[in-house]
Amino acid sequence: MNADYRFSHKHILGLADLSAADIAFILRTADSFKEISQRNIKKVPTLRGRTVINLFFEPSTRTRLSFEVAAKRMSADTFNIGNSGSSTVKGETMVDTARNLAAMNPDCIIIRHARSGSARLLAEHIPASVINAGDGTHEHPSQGLLDLLTVQENKGRIEGLRVAIIGDISHSRVAHSNIIGFSKMGAEVRVSGPATLIPPGIEQLGATVCPTVREAVADADVVMALRIQHERQQDPLLPSLREYATFFGITPAVMAGAKADAIIMHPGPINRGVELDPALADGPRSVILDQVTNGVAVRMALLYLIMGGE
Amino acid sequence: MEARCLINGRLIDPRRGLDGLGGVWLEEGRIKAVFAGPAPAAIPAGVPRIDLGGRWLVPGLIDIHVHLREPGDEHKETIASGALAAAAGGFTAVACMPNTRPVNDCEAVTALIMARAQGAATRIYPVGAISRGSDGESLAPFGEMRRGGAVAVSDDGRPVGNSQLMRRALEYAGNHDLLVISHPEESSLSHHGAMNEGALATRLGLRGIPRVAEEIMVYRDLALAEYTGRPIHIAHVSTREAVDLIRRAKARGGRVTAETAPHYFTLTEEAVGDYDTRAKMNPPLRTADDLAAIRQGLADGTLDAIATDHAPHSALEKEVEFDLAANGIIGLETSVPLTLALVREGVISPARMIELLAANPARILGVSGGTLQEEAPADLTVIDPELSFTYQAETVVSKSRNSPFLGWDLQGRAVLTILAGRATFEAPGQTLWR
Repeated sequence: MNADYRFSHKHILGLADLSAADIAFILRTADSFKEISQRNIKKVPTLRGRTVINLFFEPSTRTRLSFEVAAKRMSADTFNIGNSGSSTVKGETMVDTARNLAAMNPDCIIIRHARSGSARLLAEHIPASVINAGDGTHEHPSQGLLDLLTVQENKGRIEGLRVAIIGDISHSRVAHSNIIGFSKMGAEVRVSGPATLIPPGIEQLGATVCPTVREAVADADVVMALRIQHERQQDPLLPSLREYATFFGITPAVMAGAKADAIIMHPGPINRGVELDPALADGPRSVILDQVTNGVAVRMALLYLIMGGE
Repeated sequence: MEARCLINGRLIDPRRGLDGLGGVWLEEGRIKAVFAGPAPAAIPAGVPRIDLGGRWLVPGLIDIHVHLREPGDEHKETIASGALAAAAGGFTAVACMPNTRPVNDCEAVTALIMARAQGAATRIYPVGAISRGSDGESLAPFGEMRRGGAVAVSDDGRPVGNSQLMRRALEYAGNHDLLVISHPEESSLSHHGAMNEGALATRLGLRGIPRVAEEIMVYRDLALAEYTGRPIHIAHVSTREAVDLIRRAKARGGRVTAETAPHYFTLTEEAVGDYDTRAKMNPPLRTADDLAAIRQGLADGTLDAIATDHAPHSALEKEVEFDLAANGIIGLETSVPLTLALVREGVISPARMIELLAANPARILGVSGGTLQEEAPADLTVIDPELSFTYQAETVVSKSRNSPFLGWDLQGRAVLTILAGRATFEAPGQTLWR
């Protein structure tokens, strides 16, 4: 890495804003933090006195807990604001919420929100750092980074790998961040799924669209299944989950076309038997729980890099 | 009322075939004489001369598509404030769309608008709704609205989804000499969309509005107009294929007119940038290819008018998540400078510009004006095509500030607007009107 490199981002709103050098630096930092979570006393004083607010307008178990665990292991004070009982339910606008939170002087706000661009809107109206924990169908950068870390650990590299992402690309912020992140780091990204769930222009994010799952998975090093949401049947984007499982689900037969040592990933929560065969989810190629572990390390790194400066 | 004589202007009146040095003599609010060259000796020496120094002297501009928000949303705009904004943009008449609260779907609302328009800085031509409440279900009382002052009908802002209703509207409008204005949008395709569908929408994670949502409805309404033998006007054309459809309908002799707005020939979807709600409107900003086709359509006569679709919104509706932000931008005060850019780039001539902003709008709506006619009300606009200014929020006359052009350095503007012989606007720093 260039000796002059400095991480200079105040906010983490999307992988589109980060350079390959930024991403590599975050992954290195995260890797160095993994050891903290292995200790008996899983806490370092690095962010003592810092205030982190988890502002989650959408339900979340994994991501919110992961951020909270990450912040606490760095000794930051954390506060959780959920949707029910929050002032938005009472009609407060996002910008007013931001101004009110700003008045309490937090150092970092972690936001999840159903609307694309909401994290940026918050960042424009608050002096604190903002981490996007998922905004609509836009990006989920910490998930993209933890997926990159997981692949790097398992494969020793990212550059030159073939990554297949299968499923609802249109509505998946995870897919968007992963397509951007993997292609920035030199991997080849292929996507496939029902054509109704492949958004126009996805190639410009760095993905190649394959008409069939088998083509996307052929010789892949990494196969990522995305969660398919039941309500897509009503839109109408899908005839049935059964048909989805039959033609787009990741099964042992599909995996036979991938490299022998290909790993299987899923951002969770899994619809077992729909997008991913249960035997694969629990099998030796699955790195799904590594993803969760790495999520804490990546989020510790992000909190450290945007707040631990001085 | 005193008389005045505007001299030494570049007189542009395409309907009369005028484009050259000349002037206009005003008296008692009417045009007494239009003359080429220097002022005739017959004009008494006592009539004050206003030397335009070569600035353009054109028929009062007419905007056939604005939203004045009154009644119901007076925090965004009122008839009075919208008319002042119009005058500041060089307009002497505007047609206001019916999507007020309540909707202008009956004579009482039309009459209220006409009453509030008394003494406004421009003439106000109300457009009535096609359907009651613009709900797309049953016909609004066209005859009564016409009696109240309506000049056209439209459910603008909402498409007429039911093809039978649109057909009946075209047929029935003929009984009352009302123009039907189509807001072309197939809502099953555009529903929940926030910007043009494509790679940029995908990158931003925003639901797209595909171009075909517009084109299907343009085609349907052209087909219905042809089938019923009735004229139709297509509002805010934004795509290449929509321009082509209109071009073909005209070539077949169809009684079709169409408008576009300055933002569609000036901006592309890139203006959305990182969720800038000032670039959110319906139809959405499209691509460079569409922009080129719109310019071509303006140049070759396919598109008949430039209308602003002036749509004021307050920060309440715009300082929110992009998905939730209201559609529309203000446009009255930037229409002339943005259109002048087309003239400078050689896309259209000055005469064509005045056709698009005055002559054709009057013809489309069937109202007076759009040309300089002796004995007609003296509605005139003086344009300085060179005058440069920065469009700034503090100087906006409209009650709202939702414009993507704020901060732009613009060249050329209306410097003097005259309605029935009275100055309704003079640009800051100008001292023409004495």
